[in-house]
Amino acid sequence: MLNKVLDVVPDIPLADWTDRATDWITDTFSFLFDPVKEQFEEFMNFTSETLMEIPPLIIILAVAIIAFFISGKKFALATFSIVGLWLIYNQGLWEKLINTFTLVLLASLLSVIIGVPIGILMSKSKIATTIITPILDFMQTMPAFVYLIPAVAFFGIGMVPGVFASLIFATPPTVRFTNLGIRQVSAELVEASEAFGSTGAQKLFKVELPMAKSTIMAGINQTVMLALSMVVIASMIGAPGLGRDVLSALQRAEAGAGFVAGIGIVILAIIMDRFTQSMNKQKDN
Amino acid sequence: MPVIEAKNVSKIFGKNPKQSIKLLDKGLSKEAILKETGNTVGVNRVSFAVEQGEVFVIMGLSGSGKSTLVRMLNRLIEPTEGTILIDGEDLVSMDKQALRNVRRQKLSMVFQNFGLFPHRTILQNAEYGLEIQKVNKEERQKKAKEALELVGLGDYLHQKPNQLSGGMQQRVGLARALANDPEVLLMDEAFSALDPLIRKEMQDELMDLQSKMQKTIIFITHDLDEALRIGDRIALMKDGSIVQIGTPEEILVNPENDYVEKFVEDVDRSKVLTAQHIMKRPETVNLDRHGPRVALERMREEGLSSIFVVDSKRNLKGYITADIASDAFKSGVTDLKEILKNDIPIVEKETPMHDIFDLIYNSPIPVAVVDNEKLAGVIVRGAVIAALSSENEVNLHVE
Repeated sequence: MLNKVLDVVPDIPLADWTDRATDWITDTFSFLFDPVKEQFEEFMNFTSETLMEIPPLIIILAVAIIAFFISGKKFALATFSIVGLWLIYNQGLWEKLINTFTLVLLASLLSVIIGVPIGILMSKSKIATTIITPILDFMQTMPAFVYLIPAVAFFGIGMVPGVFASLIFATPPTVRFTNLGIRQVSAELVEASEAFGSTGAQKLFKVELPMAKSTIMAGINQTVMLALSMVVIASMIGAPGLGRDVLSALQRAEAGAGFVAGIGIVILAIIMDRFTQSMNKQKDN
Repeated sequence: MPVIEAKNVSKIFGKNPKQSIKLLDKGLSKEAILKETGNTVGVNRVSFAVEQGEVFVIMGLSGSGKSTLVRMLNRLIEPTEGTILIDGEDLVSMDKQALRNVRRQKLSMVFQNFGLFPHRTILQNAEYGLEIQKVNKEERQKKAKEALELVGLGDYLHQKPNQLSGGMQQRVGLARALANDPEVLLMDEAFSALDPLIRKEMQDELMDLQSKMQKTIIFITHDLDEALRIGDRIALMKDGSIVQIGTPEEILVNPENDYVEKFVEDVDRSKVLTAQHIMKRPETVNLDRHGPRVALERMREEGLSSIFVVDSKRNLKGYITADIASDAFKSGVTDLKEILKNDIPIVEKETPMHDIFDLIYNSPIPVAVVDNEKLAGVIVRGAVIAALSSENEVNLHVE
């Protein structure tokens, strides 16, 4: 009887609405999605093909040399890079590694390009913060599989929807940390900048962003890591790379193959993590 | 024309501030308004005018509204009501561009915790004000270097702020403000974060610079000693209102109400009061006209054991004691010149009381106060002690 209260309103066809909205967006904006997809795919293929042209040995050595210098002339990271990347090559996963790297790199770059300005906007406007914060929560907590579906609807299958899905999943930390970083700049420094007659842009570029840099870099590091963690999920909609091997190993219950591909992802993750982190440390000094 | 003039400036924090202004006008207190509206009165109808070259100190305890007030002078905080004139121009009604120009050209600020940009070198910090005015690099570096040399930091151009001590950092803050060559320096508790010795050094240096530059300085502090040391005039604030404006002496000696009196009662008066405040009219005998007989008579009348001797132009010549005068009288000496003693402790009218202590302690006779070698007064031990007691009214009227 009491339950009837809950039944007063008939079932809301939320799923239907979403379907229809997705269809509508797909149809209406296909003129936009299709060329974006084509251009993007071309660019990504170009990037990964260019990387694949370079002999693996040269890439491994280059990474090791850079690792040596950014880690403050220590051998640990350089050694790890050589051994780890060689192991991936040894397991015949080099091409997939490059594909995965391209996906992560582009998704991260896009996340930063989109995320930093949004973060700045949030730090400047209370209204923007009120609107954007729940959207960020939504992006981070909605199971990743769910937005694979519209991603496929918009962009078909392949690398582009993979980047799209990674973008949604990985952008929030950059936005949040940028916002946080700028808000944490000491009030006195902001006052100092204003008291000397800075314009809003001068204040932002000469004081706030430089001061917030290390916080923003921490956010970018998180974004890169999240983008990497999307690799396996993105492979479900046809994104190439190491994730696809993990997925097929899962489908065929091949523990060994799954482990090997998984290790590849871990190695890439560690190298990218240390690289982005040390960029941060270097600029601090 | 005053460089900066504030007329009836108020700041209310909270919602619907204009309404609280009306309550202020009705005469409600800060507490009553907080209770009624939930709004905080930051600054309550403050008016003052600062002339070119003046060091105007705004002083008060924390929460008295002094920092809010100084931030309204460059509109880092928007006044709720009132007029602020800079060179006769109304700051409050200016648009953003005009306000920026005033901030760039006329007002510079020095901050309590220095407000230096840690990612920039000392030189880059000092040139910030010029950089945002898009002055070309060569010129702005030249001016920034000059300003840094002025504060004695010419050798630290390429260090980062965190490599410098607190005192040096605030010098950079000062140089950054001076590099713009502003008309007015706003100094918000500029030396409060420094330890006492460095603070005193910085105060002296500021005074030194000020004597060369003749800027208009508005200096915020909670430290009365600091205010008394550097202020030409002091405005004392309480609960957002100015309680009294005056020279350091006026504030100390004639506090306008109980609050000011309480405030100044702990002051080391010996650093502020000078010889002329505590001296008394001297009893003298004239070298040219009087002899030991008159001297003795006068000492007896006044109950003194010694007396100063002057010539007809009141130039101090020496003193004689009662014993000597009496011996001289008995042995028939008539000329004071023969028995005159010269070892008199002498101070100028402007000598701080602080410097008189040792002198008077070691001297058997009172201290003579001279003005252009003419005897102006005399200081006895009792007067020194009396002046140190804040209960005592001090004679400010100096002839």
